[in-house]
Amino acid sequence: MQPKKKTLRPIVTGSSVLGIKYKDGVILASDTLGSYGSLARFRDIRRIVPITKHTVIGGTGEFSDFQEITKILRQKIIENQELVESGKEEDELLPSEIHSYLSRVLYGRRNKFNPLWNDVVVAGFEKGKVHMGTVDLWGSYFEDDIIATGYGTYFALPLMRKAYKKDMERDKALEVLRDCLTVLFYRDCRTINRYVFAEITKEGVNITDPVEIETKWEIADWQEGKL
Amino acid sequence: MQKGGFNFDLYQRNVELIEKNNYKVPKTTKTGTTIVGVVFSDGVVLGADTRATSGPIVADPNCEKIHRISDYIWCAGAGTAADTENTTGMISLQLELLSLSTGRSPRVRTALTLLKNFLFRYHGYISAALVLGGVDFTGPHLHMIHPHGSTSTLPYISMGSGSLAAMAVLETGYNSKMGEEDAKSLVHQAILSGILNDLGSGGNVDLCVIKHKSMEFFRNIDTTNSKRKFRKKLPYMFKSGSTKILEKQIKEKMEKMEIVNEKESQIEELEEL
Repeated sequence: MQPKKKTLRPIVTGSSVLGIKYKDGVILASDTLGSYGSLARFRDIRRIVPITKHTVIGGTGEFSDFQEITKILRQKIIENQELVESGKEEDELLPSEIHSYLSRVLYGRRNKFNPLWNDVVVAGFEKGKVHMGTVDLWGSYFEDDIIATGYGTYFALPLMRKAYKKDMERDKALEVLRDCLTVLFYRDCRTINRYVFAEITKEGVNITDPVEIETKWEIADWQEGKL
Repeated sequence: MQKGGFNFDLYQRNVELIEKNNYKVPKTTKTGTTIVGVVFSDGVVLGADTRATSGPIVADPNCEKIHRISDYIWCAGAGTAADTENTTGMISLQLELLSLSTGRSPRVRTALTLLKNFLFRYHGYISAALVLGGVDFTGPHLHMIHPHGSTSTLPYISMGSGSLAAMAVLETGYNSKMGEEDAKSLVHQAILSGILNDLGSGGNVDLCVIKHKSMEFFRNIDTTNSKRKFRKKLPYMFKSGSTKILEKQIKEKMEKMEIVNEKESQIEELEEL
């Protein structure tokens, strides 16, 4: 009997990735934790990485598969570069093209019952507009102005849906993301209080160093029965 | 001899019915649900949506999920509708009797103990997840009760399938110095978040504000989610006299009765026996 040579279950996992469009571009956010089941094993990993000058991907789920996806996409960029240089292609790959290509890769893997166990957010700037969407381990392709993966869909999406307005200010967008990340830290066990923000505008990609966000613990002082 | 608890005598038969006879197990009506409770400076506010589901179908678009345990102790319930209604109903009766026999007004923690002891005996098979809130002579109280019988005491609580969406709103909006209007608004927003983002919740928003010796029930305080766009303009009630009477027949209902001697002697026989 042949041994099983496919993904059975995710081992080292990343939690939610959030994304929100604003006036001048888009901001993605995630924490920097790679969980090993219930162990907070890798406390400084990058789950949001740049692919081209104008595109960024963020990954939830199995971290090794996310690293594989990064490799696959960067390889595709190099191939495309060669074609551009030899005059066969116009320009560097657009975010929507990367998104579309990734969805075909993931769908192909799911059909072979050997998925790359991820929920990937693809975001970037093309033709003066922001493109943002997700692809998941089943190959489902989806585009929207507000994105959340993992537990973020249950906790962050309701808050983002309430707060989102087309062409909102950068500060407001950051405030919404910080509120959502805080709620996720309170209620999702597989998170830590250390976050990375990735901002994409027409100028390009800017991924911050990890920061900590303040949390409120005043309910520790609350006593039952006291008016 | 087994006393109390569930009787599992028919378990074998049920397993066979499902496996061999293709018996279709009837779906329980669940209250998909978003229920919420918040403590504020003068008391507690309870909130609930109004959708009852049977699988993917909405069984009741406007059911009442906030149940009365006593005048100033109310309980919102998620899980199987029959379980929440009957459990809260039973404990309400027990609490009333207890309060009469002790001569004291009921306490929230008494209702809590009665509920948790009852649910624990059934080891989670009674699927009732409750948010119990009230104001008694010891102050305002808010508790959450899980189907297995565990309880928590917290300043803000959400339960049901929409609890995550509601909790996100509560975590960002709660502060310990809230007044009545702030608390009502927070609960309202939390329930709305559940209704809009959770498919198991829907319908209208119900609110219940309990303060010292005062209870206000806002049934369907928000109906924006159930305003149907196209409604039949005319009502279904017709004025009396709208239907033309073609024929009238009046019959006597009963013929006049005569008392006969035979029947009297029969009665006497019976009396002898």
